[in-house]
This record gives sequence, C-alpha cells and structure tokens, in this order.
Amino acid sequence: MARAKARVGGAFRQGRIALILLLPSLVVVFGIIVYPLLRTLYTSLFAVNSAFPGRYPFVGLGNYLQALERAEFWGAILRTAYFTFSTTFLEVVLGILLGLLLNVEFRGRWLLRSIVILPWALPTVVNGAMWRWILNPEYGALNALLTQLHIIPDYRSWLGTPWMALNMVVVADVWKMTPLAAFFVLAALQTIPRDLYEAAWVDGAGRLRAFFSITLPLLTPTILIILVLRTMEAFKVFDIIYVMTRGGPANGTQTIAYYTYVEAFSNQLFGYGAALAYIIALFILFFAVIYMRLLRRGEVEY
Amino acid sequence: MNADDRIGGYRRISRREFLGLGAAGTGLLLLAGCGGGETGGGGPVTLNALFMKQAAYSDADVKSMTEQFQKQNPNIKVNLTFVAYEALHDKIVAAAPAGTYDTVLVDVIWPAEFASKKMIVDITDRFPESERSRIFGGALKTTEYQNSYYGVPWILDTKYFFYNKEMLGKAGVAPPDTWEAVVQAARALKSNGVVEYPLVWSWAQAEALMCDYATLLGAYGGQFFDEGGKPAFNTGGGLQALEFMRMTLDEELSNPASTESLEEDVRRIVSQGEAAMALNWTYMFALANDPNESQVAGQIEIAHTPQGPAGAPGVNGSMGMAVSNGSQYQDEAWKYIEFMTSQKVQNQYAELSLPIWKSSYEEKEVVEALPQVVPVAREQLNDMILRPIVPQYNEVSQDMQVEIQRALTGDKTPKQALDDAAKSVESATQGY
Repeated sequence: MARAKARVGGAFRQGRIALILLLPSLVVVFGIIVYPLLRTLYTSLFAVNSAFPGRYPFVGLGNYLQALERAEFWGAILRTAYFTFSTTFLEVVLGILLGLLLNVEFRGRWLLRSIVILPWALPTVVNGAMWRWILNPEYGALNALLTQLHIIPDYRSWLGTPWMALNMVVVADVWKMTPLAAFFVLAALQTIPRDLYEAAWVDGAGRLRAFFSITLPLLTPTILIILVLRTMEAFKVFDIIYVMTRGGPANGTQTIAYYTYVEAFSNQLFGYGAALAYIIALFILFFAVIYMRLLRRGEVEY
Repeated sequence: MNADDRIGGYRRISRREFLGLGAAGTGLLLLAGCGGGETGGGGPVTLNALFMKQAAYSDADVKSMTEQFQKQNPNIKVNLTFVAYEALHDKIVAAAPAGTYDTVLVDVIWPAEFASKKMIVDITDRFPESERSRIFGGALKTTEYQNSYYGVPWILDTKYFFYNKEMLGKAGVAPPDTWEAVVQAARALKSNGVVEYPLVWSWAQAEALMCDYATLLGAYGGQFFDEGGKPAFNTGGGLQALEFMRMTLDEELSNPASTESLEEDVRRIVSQGEAAMALNWTYMFALANDPNESQVAGQIEIAHTPQGPAGAPGVNGSMGMAVSNGSQYQDEAWKYIEFMTSQKVQNQYAELSLPIWKSSYEEKEVVEALPQVVPVAREQLNDMILRPIVPQYNEVSQDMQVEIQRALTGDKTPKQALDDAAKSVESATQGY
C-alpha cells in the first residue's frame, strides 16, 4: 500500500515537473501558433477594414461566400494550381535526373554536388531579383543570349504579358527548388542496395529496365515526400511573385497568397483577407490528407 | 561587482550571475522604453520617419536635410527608413497599429483612405491659412480630405513630357506639342530607323500606369467619375485615352516592355538612348542629362505635357508628410515636418524636386538649380489632374490597372476592358 502511494505521489511530482518544464514551450506554441490561428478565424467573421482594433460588423461566413463568388478569387486559384502543378512536376522530373547524375561516380563530383546546391541556398528574394535582371527586356542576359545564338530575332519582353510572365516565374522557381528535389533523390539512391542492380544485370536487364523496375519503385516514398513538400510550398507562393512581378501584368501572376496579401494589406480588407487565408489553409489541408494516405500506402521494404 | 569579477578578467560567470545579468539587461531595456514615453518636452527623443526610395529627393538629400534638422534640434534624433514606392502604402498600413513610424510620406491618393481610417493626424490647427496660401493649390490637395489637412505637402510633382532633341532632329521633326504630333513624330522616328521604339511608358501593373492614364484621360477630356459618383472613364475621353495607348503598342511605336516598366525603367531606357519620348517625373531631367547616369546627357529636353483635344494637364503626383496617429511624439514629429517642408530647405534641394512654395519660383537659388525646368513647371503645376479621391482608391486603382493591362496586352478591347473595370470599381466604391 505504502509503496503504491509513493509511486502515485512520485508520478504526480514528476507530472508537475514535466508541466513546469513544458510550460515555456506551451506558452510559445499557444502564443505564436494557436492564438494567431484563432484570432485570424475570429477576424474572418467580421467586416474588418482597418488595421486598428475596434468594433466591426459581424458578417458570419459572408467573407468566405464573397470569396467564392468572385472571379478574381477563382482566377487566382487557377493560376496557383497551374503554378503548383507545373513547378512540382518539373522539379520532380528534373530532380530525379539530376539526382541520378550526381549519384554516378565521376571526377569532380564533389564540386558539382556543391555547385548544384547553390540555387537552393539563395534567399528567394535574391533569386527573384536575379531573374528579373536576367529577364529584363532591355539589358537582360536572356535576351542577349538568345539573340546572339540566333534563336530569337530580336529582344522580347518576358514579363510583359500575363501568360509568359507566369511561365517565367515557374522557370525561376524550378531553377531554385530543383536542387532540393535532387538531393532528396540522391539520398534515397544511396540507400538502394547495389546487389539489387547486380541481380538485375544477371537477369539480363538493361539500364532502362533497371531504372523502371528497381530505382523508380524504390524512390517512390522519396518522390512522395518531395511532392508533399513542394505542393504545399508552391501553393503558398508569395515572395518570388512579390519580387519578380508584383502579381502583374494584368494580374497574370497573381496567386492566391498574393491576392490575399493585396486584399488584406493594400485594400485594408483584413476580414476578407483572413477568410482567404483560411481558405488557403483548407486547400493545403486537403492536399496534406491525400498525400498522407498515399505515403502510408507507399512504405517499401527491401 | 568588483574589478576581479569583470569579464575581461576571464573569470567564468556562474549561471546565476548570467541570469541576473540577463534580467538586469531586460529591466534596463524596459526602463528605457518607459523613460522614452514619459518625456514629452525637453528630453532626448528618437523619431522614426518613413520615406520612399525613388523619384524626387534622393536618399542622400533626405539624409543631409535630416542632419541639418538634428543639428538645430540636438534633442531630437531621427531614424530614416526608405522603401520602394510600391511598398510604401502597405508598409504604412502594416506599421500603423504598432505606431512604428512617427512621420510617414503619403501619396496624393492616400489621405482619403488614411484619414478616414484615422491612421494619420488632422493637423489643420497647426497649419494656418497664412502658410497654406503661400503653397501651390495642386500641392495642397495632396494632404486635404473633407476640408481638413492631414499633413504638409513636401514633393510637388507632375509627369512632364521628355524628348530627345537629337533623335527628333535626325528624323527631321519638330518637338511635338500635341499627342497627335507625338504619334507623327514617333512614326517618323521609326520609319527613319532612328530608334526602334520611339516611345516608352511606365505601364506595369502599378500606380505608375494610373499616372500615365490620368494624364491622357485629362488630355482627351475624360472623367474618372461622373457627378453622381459613378464610374465614367469607360466612355468619351477615358476610352479614347486607352485606345490611344493601345494604338501606340499595336503600331509598335511604344516599347512592348512598357507593360512591365516603372518610372525607373523608363528613365533607364531613355538614358540609354533607346527611346525618344516619354512621360516622367521632374527627377528624370537632372539624371537623364547627367553623364554618369546617362548615355544621352545633354540631349533630353523637358516640356509641358502634349495637348489633347481637351487640354494638357499633368497628373498630380505630389506627396506630403504626415504625423502618424500612433506616434508618441507628435509635437517633435510636427517640428520635423515643419523643417523638412520649409521653404528654406526646399529651395536648397530644388534640383531633384521643386518646392511647394509659390514664391520659390522667383528665387535665384531655385531658378538657377533648374533653369530649363522652372519655366515649364510654373505653367504645368497650375494645370494638373487629380486621380479620384475616394477612401477605396487602392482597390479602384488595382481594378483599373488590371483591366487597362488586359487591353494593353491584347486580351480585351479597350471598350470591353474599361466596361469591366467600371463594373468592379462601382462595386468596390459601394463597399460590401
């Protein structure tokens, strides 16, 4: 009896110590995650049109409904979907190719590996500014390169029309994020046992066959992880747009996150902006659930 | 702590002492924070001032003006922050609840919004009629909203017409003074091979586009809103202005890069000798004729905006300095604004931005700083067009920018684009 009592007392004391030790992180988590989340939810239910605290009319789900009614909102969603799909697809494909290349033994591989990581190490703002210079219609490097190689007859305006500008932002993002995908792939490739390939050789499989029958299936979990990370990041894209095009021309590069920013901070419709932010979160949650399921199914054993 | 305890003595600080030091430091910081709040009068005060990073006064000018101010007021220190014009509005909004900045630079299109949301202070009482009457009317409009003043105009500017006289000479055309003549001159420049794209504009999706559009709308006699407050830019002069813009792109008289260019891009393109005619703010005159900045130094002339069927107004692009509502030191902030906008200071730095004071244009110091500009400015500054003064201007402007760009990039006809813009502007100004 006495022993049991001591154990309970001990557990209680331990629990208290644990609580005290956890308190700082609880404060941080609630202070910087939970509170802002709830606060944003609260804001999204009011017609807040100023950054100052005050009384604003309650509109219920009005802000959400308004978003769903607006053509601009759906335009931004479509552009975001296109951006997300094309960047993620290109980054995965190029990432696999680059990863395979970096996995091959050759002289100076260490150098190439370090160079390849550079774009990823650049801050996005720097990357955006750099591409804006490259794409500058008057003194940009791309125009100079393409005209001197006689690929295009004269200088073009790369960010001057909506469709072209959107694709150029895709290029800039792919340039920056492909190395990340490549390094994920590289890490996964190095865990694939060599004897699998040797067995395939013995069975008379060529390189292509080996790639599709061994490498690719074993890379699937990694590819899924890249997909998850990149889709969520790409869906929230903001900084590269802000630096390269500010959503223009003719809103051609206005993604959903940028649209939210404009409505909240430029137009001071903070309630509407908060609702948009929640809609973005819901979209991403939707992706996250799908991917999590796929991931769970995708476990592989050697 | 005795001398032996100093860190310099390489004695290891115990954890308790370290925590104590931290707490003391935090306490000091808190004290400093509180102390600042208490001294309203003579004590040392630090002001934070927000400025922009392009056109008009350069960063260096603002810094040296501020140094003068600090010399005269040793108790006031001013921290300067410069952001790009495109980021200025949102920065003011985001910083407003925290009261980060004591003075902010506001564009002519913002007082309605900022004043109605109580972000900037009504300073009508500090800014007497005797002072106001000495300032250009167009400049005064910058900080006026519903018969009150929310700041003092500081930058008095409009977009002038610039041309490269050597290029025009090569094509054998006289400097144009109507938009009709501008088009003819551009055709001549193009067909004679003087320059591939004679015109360049700041038609990126930004406020710069609205400035050029307003200039043309004024020239063609259009109106942004009719008397009843309904959008009216989709008919008459407003439509003709956009049709004109589109035509110059279709005929390849305007540089196609215009739709991604801001004023600085226009300045660079003109300075590289890759355009012969453009609209831009006063500051381009000095820089485009500066051999360090320009390959066509000495060839760029400034003129009144060309005449359209209904006139030749310049867009009112003035800006003013305002005291932000969250400022703890409104008296000191006002003192700083008074100094920065004073005639003496403005006369001294007239080269990149002309004074707001009428009598300055008679003074040698100003006239000699910009002998070619002042005579043009005296006329143009009395002939300006305002962009709409509505609290939702930002939304109005964005809706219009997008639709105007759709017309410029060939997505829609000018009529269709402006009709669509009118629809969204109408719903934006009605609120929701």
